[in-house]
Amino acid sequence: MVIESAHEFETQDLLLNVGPQHPSTHGVFRMVMQVDGEVVRDIIPYIGYLHRGAEKLCETMDYRQGIGFMDRTEYLAAMNAELSYVMAVEALAELEVPDRAQWIRMILVELNRLSSHLMFMGAFGIDVGVFGTPFIYAWREREAIIDLFEEISGDRMMYAYLRPGGLAWDVPTNFVARCRETLTAVRQGIADFDGLLTKNEIFVARTQGIGFISAADAIDFGMSGPSIRASGVPLDVRREEPYLKYNDVKWDVITHTDGDVYARYLCRLGEMRESVKIVEQCLDRLEPGAIMPEKMPRMLRTPPGEVYIRTEAPRGEFGVYLVSKGGNRPYRLKVRSACLSNLQALKHMSVGQYVADAIIVLGSIDIVLSEVDR
Amino acid sequence: MRGIAKSMLTTLSVFLRPPVTRDYPNVHKPLPERDRAFPLLLWDQDIDEPFCTGCHACERACPVECMTVLMKDNPNHTSVGGNSKRRKIIDKFWIDYARCMRCNICVEVCNFDAIAMNNTWSGHETSVHDRKDLVMDLQQLTSQSHRGGIKEWVPVLGQANES
Repeated sequence: MVIESAHEFETQDLLLNVGPQHPSTHGVFRMVMQVDGEVVRDIIPYIGYLHRGAEKLCETMDYRQGIGFMDRTEYLAAMNAELSYVMAVEALAELEVPDRAQWIRMILVELNRLSSHLMFMGAFGIDVGVFGTPFIYAWREREAIIDLFEEISGDRMMYAYLRPGGLAWDVPTNFVARCRETLTAVRQGIADFDGLLTKNEIFVARTQGIGFISAADAIDFGMSGPSIRASGVPLDVRREEPYLKYNDVKWDVITHTDGDVYARYLCRLGEMRESVKIVEQCLDRLEPGAIMPEKMPRMLRTPPGEVYIRTEAPRGEFGVYLVSKGGNRPYRLKVRSACLSNLQALKHMSVGQYVADAIIVLGSIDIVLSEVDR
Repeated sequence: MRGIAKSMLTTLSVFLRPPVTRDYPNVHKPLPERDRAFPLLLWDQDIDEPFCTGCHACERACPVECMTVLMKDNPNHTSVGGNSKRRKIIDKFWIDYARCMRCNICVEVCNFDAIAMNNTWSGHETSVHDRKDLVMDLQQLTSQSHRGGIKEWVPVLGQANES
């Protein structure tokens, strides 16, 4: 019998289903991989498992009620999501936020960035195969930050603490001392991660040169956040369109040129150090004062108009597009999710890699599925 | 190999640090004053009735519509020989804890400081076998405050710290 074939062995491609409920997909994300042996030929992603209609729900809520839904949009960095929303409402209602409220917001947002990046470090460690150790280390420092948030806002994940105009209530009196304590713990945690992973030959072998994306491609995909900065594009909304007080503190935009998974890891590690620096400067400059503008109406109403506000969330540009036709609730709310755009590049980055590496690539863009689906 | 040795050294140094975990069901973490578990109704110990007058403010402000409020004439009002100044009082009150998203808005809109978020562990450990058991009625909502088992924290909105 003669088998006529161009190749020595011609095998059929296999369709491999990953998810939606699988630890490596970071939530309920499903992808169907077309694999040729161990090599990924194609990826078909399926999203929408966590779609809750949060944008539509917000249209039926007044501006204060909507904050709770923004928390749930981006649950690992709820302060950042809240910030975009309240800033959009403030821009529409033309509210002037007092200085103290702005400094406190900045501290909270940067601490939330730290906790989110710590979560990335832990989950990414598991993806790479360093099972357990970094995950538990990350939990430890994240717990310190979350405990601090609990003392301030009362809740551990869904803070509902920022309000259009300022803050819901003032921080506790020992806030600065507790923040410094937390930063000491976080600095130790960053040093631990650095020692554990950065120079570890196994980790480097697993991540270097994997999931490359060039700067031009990253821009084409509309990526943002650490994922694009790792490709050498110094895009950071905090620097491009400074909001809060980012112009008044000294910090650097961390970029790497390699554009691979390892660069994305280093980028986040560097960003954590920058966040610590920012929080320290904010704590030095925090002064007593008002936290809400005088004469806040009991029920906030906005004039007709539309506004797009973007802020730099841990995963990239978190934008809120808000249309008002007057009244106390939005006419239309659209959330521009950084994760959704970053996720589009998954196929581009993983095709031609091994199956195990595709999982690392997915982990390296650090998706939160509730933000992707909303 | 040096990198791996350094990793091992990090693990060893962490191993020598004191533990950060607690033996949870036996040891509880002390909760901060502002901790938000689920909302409950407060009890006016002086007159021995709930503060709540059933004004529906929280019911209307709740984003997830987890509350049901019914009011009645206060049988203890001064006009009928009682010692209470509340003309109306809460008759029936249900909060569906399974729906509540703990956003604190009901506490903020209450004009009588009659509702507060539970800041004790009993508010967190509410697991039940049947989802229907999470719908709390008036008796369940007021009992903890009636017993004096809560030191509530009602936020003062928008007010800055004195310094």
